[in-house]
Amino acid sequence: MNSLDLSSATAAQLISALRAGTISSLELTQAYLQRIEKFNPAVNAVVTIDHEGALASAAAADQARAKGAEGPLTGVPLLHKDIFCTAGIRTTCASKMLANFEPPYSATVVEKLNAAGVVTLGKTNMDEFAMGSSNETSYFGPSFNPWDLKRVPGGSSGGSAAAVAAGLAPLSTGTDTGGSIRQPASLCGITGFKPTYGRISRFGIIAFASSLDQAGPMTRTVEDAALMLSAMCGLDANDSTSADVPVPNFHTALNGDIKGLRIGLPKEYFSDMLNADVATSIHAALKELEAEGAILVDVDLPHTRQGIATYYVIAPAEASANLARYDGVRFGHRCDNPTDLMDLYARSRSEGFGDEVQRRILVGTYALSAGFYDAYFKKAQQVRRIISEDFKKAFEVCDLIAGPSAPNVAFPVGAKNDDPIAMYMEDVYTLSVNLAGLPGLSVPAGLINDLPIGLQLIGRPFDEETVLRAGHRLQLRTDHHLKTPQIGADQS
Amino acid sequence: MSWETVMGLEVHLQLATASKIFSGAANKFGADPNSQACAVDLGMPGMLPVLNEQAVRYAVMFGLGIDARIGKRSIFDRKNYFYPDLPKGYQVSQFFEPIVCEGVFQVPLSDGSLFPIRITRAHLEEDAGKSVHDRFPGQTGVDLNRAGTPLLEIVTEPDFRTAEQAVAYLKALHSLVTYLGISDGNMAEGSMRCDINLSLRPTGSDSYGTRTEIKNVNSFRFVEKAIAAETARQQELLEDGVSIVQETRLYDADRDETRSMRSKEVANDYRYFPEPDLLPIVLTDDYIDSVRQALPELPAAKRERFIAQYQLSDYDAALLVSSPDMAAYFEKAVTLCDEPKAIANWMLGDLSAALNKEGIPVSQSPVEPQNLAGLVARITDGTLSSKLGKQVFEALWQGEGSADQIIEARGLRQVSDTGALEKLVADVMSENQDQVAQYRAADSSKQKKLIGFFVGQIMKASKGQANPQLINKILTEALDSD
Repeated sequence: MNSLDLSSATAAQLISALRAGTISSLELTQAYLQRIEKFNPAVNAVVTIDHEGALASAAAADQARAKGAEGPLTGVPLLHKDIFCTAGIRTTCASKMLANFEPPYSATVVEKLNAAGVVTLGKTNMDEFAMGSSNETSYFGPSFNPWDLKRVPGGSSGGSAAAVAAGLAPLSTGTDTGGSIRQPASLCGITGFKPTYGRISRFGIIAFASSLDQAGPMTRTVEDAALMLSAMCGLDANDSTSADVPVPNFHTALNGDIKGLRIGLPKEYFSDMLNADVATSIHAALKELEAEGAILVDVDLPHTRQGIATYYVIAPAEASANLARYDGVRFGHRCDNPTDLMDLYARSRSEGFGDEVQRRILVGTYALSAGFYDAYFKKAQQVRRIISEDFKKAFEVCDLIAGPSAPNVAFPVGAKNDDPIAMYMEDVYTLSVNLAGLPGLSVPAGLINDLPIGLQLIGRPFDEETVLRAGHRLQLRTDHHLKTPQIGADQS
Repeated sequence: MSWETVMGLEVHLQLATASKIFSGAANKFGADPNSQACAVDLGMPGMLPVLNEQAVRYAVMFGLGIDARIGKRSIFDRKNYFYPDLPKGYQVSQFFEPIVCEGVFQVPLSDGSLFPIRITRAHLEEDAGKSVHDRFPGQTGVDLNRAGTPLLEIVTEPDFRTAEQAVAYLKALHSLVTYLGISDGNMAEGSMRCDINLSLRPTGSDSYGTRTEIKNVNSFRFVEKAIAAETARQQELLEDGVSIVQETRLYDADRDETRSMRSKEVANDYRYFPEPDLLPIVLTDDYIDSVRQALPELPAAKRERFIAQYQLSDYDAALLVSSPDMAAYFEKAVTLCDEPKAIANWMLGDLSAALNKEGIPVSQSPVEPQNLAGLVARITDGTLSSKLGKQVFEALWQGEGSADQIIEARGLRQVSDTGALEKLVADVMSENQDQVAQYRAADSSKQKKLIGFFVGQIMKASKGQANPQLINKILTEALDSD
């Protein structure tokens, strides 16, 4: 396959090759489909492969390029997290509830990426309804970390992260409600970006917690993330919460230095919760940014810990309503031979939803119940505003906030299954960013015993450009993002 | 012990927007089941609501129409409950911050007086679909055409004491919303549905008793009957010393009684919380002013104007303004024939009776305003007696042309020729000499009766065409002269 090593190829490299004509989209697509066939049984990152659709759109992409009608991503293969509705391709949210659901429409993100020219290879594994931090709650079984197949890839966008890490696709989409892009990106050693809430339309993305959900790119490099992000953003009349702000060219925004950029380090992100080796890696990465001219300053995010409780009231509360539509009446799983309406509801939902989803529905229902609303939901909303204010204050003295994406490297499969609270702590550094609606990027910051860990960069609302530029500068200086796990290195 | 009935009403008004409140699907009544429900209405995964601005405008129009405070920042909330015709498992409504806040609605009563009703709030929400129980034996179908229809829920304070007040309020509300053009207010089709919260208390007490809620009463007449039935039921229980259970009840028109809905359906904790998929509705003063400027003349103002401009009675004015079509008909007829009182009488008499009999609205009346004006003009100028007028009206209704054409074709011109009338009088007197003699011997009260007899005979002989005033004059002179 020419000089391209698909186990580590970036989308930018593939675009160059496609432009130069050294490879066709059809060849590229076939090669990735072969890689999926070969490696996916071990990592279980892809749950649906659209073989024919991919080859057809690859052929169309090649024709478009021949006619000079190409878009920015024409012919580049991509995988969608199975939470994005794809017309004609089964969309399951990794749930038994939607195991046979084929939407008659596509998410705005899917439409936009199609318009940019991507070739959709299939759909990736995830935690059921995006509820989880390890990909273990999937109806299709866990996805495994390509760096160590006994370990989790993180979640909920675990399949998307594992797929990019293993070179099953150069690009994948993810969604991030409390860290679901950044934490798996950190654990799989790839780049993952959650932009500002409202940057990307949520239309056609199966809802978990509407006020927190945000889609984003999962890629090998920041440059690829910028390319992909430009194609995903924009005001959407179908999503009232999508933001009416100009969409810059994120790719050109990478140019320029970060001299004098003030990077705030919240002391709460470097507390004793943080693994010492992770802390060392993060500090080393920060040194690199300092060498680029950035200035490190101390900031306070005093309500970081309360963020967890706040998140685990608001997200389940919204989820409890968002998931009420799966009632066995119109679509999705329906139990056999219901005896009456209550039986239809109770059994369809008990059979269709896994344990973690049921747990969160119950928690959310409780938090909204008469007599508890003020103590839980209302209080959580108040704390949410306080957390936003904390960030606002911090951004008075810095331009970016930096810290770890996750408190630790990937943990073994099964290690936290019986301890939901330990699992929830995985997102301690990421979920406040969702509560405040800010852009957050995870970039590889090195390996600890051959397991990756990510640096998180958090920006001001709608200042994705600064976040991406800093991440890009780091990747120009370091090679953490170029390291690939052993499993995918075997050339096909 | 005597009891006082205390009631508050909740009206669900379907707004006549072109599309649904949160989707682009058509908002029309009567289509084939599930033919007007899109992916948003079906609550399909990944679908999101987008607020229909027309629904917001209609709600503000209503608020201004009742002089209520407009909520400048209102929010949508999710009302959570499971039901097969509620596709998302929650209804998007406004619980914490409604778009229309407190106001006072002046309701005209039949005696012409105004009765103020305090409006607590009016909020926007989406309608649910319909469960269809009679189409598939042993099964229930779900029709989601109605799901997502914009509703304005209008809630009053417990200001009603009688069924008459409640019905007057609903009629005034119906009138207001049709003037505003925000709803057809059709109760039979469910465009306007009424819930009645009703309790009893000993007369003179100022605390409230335990109330029941009678759901979805769908006609003015049923509102009246449901109130009577529920009042009687509660009174009987209270007088037997039984306490009232707070519950939701249904009015069964066939049995003329209310009955309890299963408690499972009413013991709901709706777990309201702000709808994260929609932004708050923020209304500027400029926007509210622009809506105010564009409001049509409303029933209360029109009524006052009709009384002042056309010297109509309170009663007639109230009836004429009850619908915008009635009022427009009246004003069109009056511009063609400046006899407001006579036109009002014809409209509220023969025309209304005929329309009611055929069950058609005034907008589809076969007798158009210019026809009625032509008829009244011929009565006023003496061409027609009012009796002949009724004949002409019948012919107008049958579509036989204008009043003048009918008069010409049927030869209905009133006879006012004195010579001809004197001959008629003389003939009738000579044919009824006994009665002439009786008249001349009688006292004045008896004479009046006999005059009636003679006029009747003369009108009969003239086939109704004799001018009654002239006949009276000539007859009296002839009888008194000998």
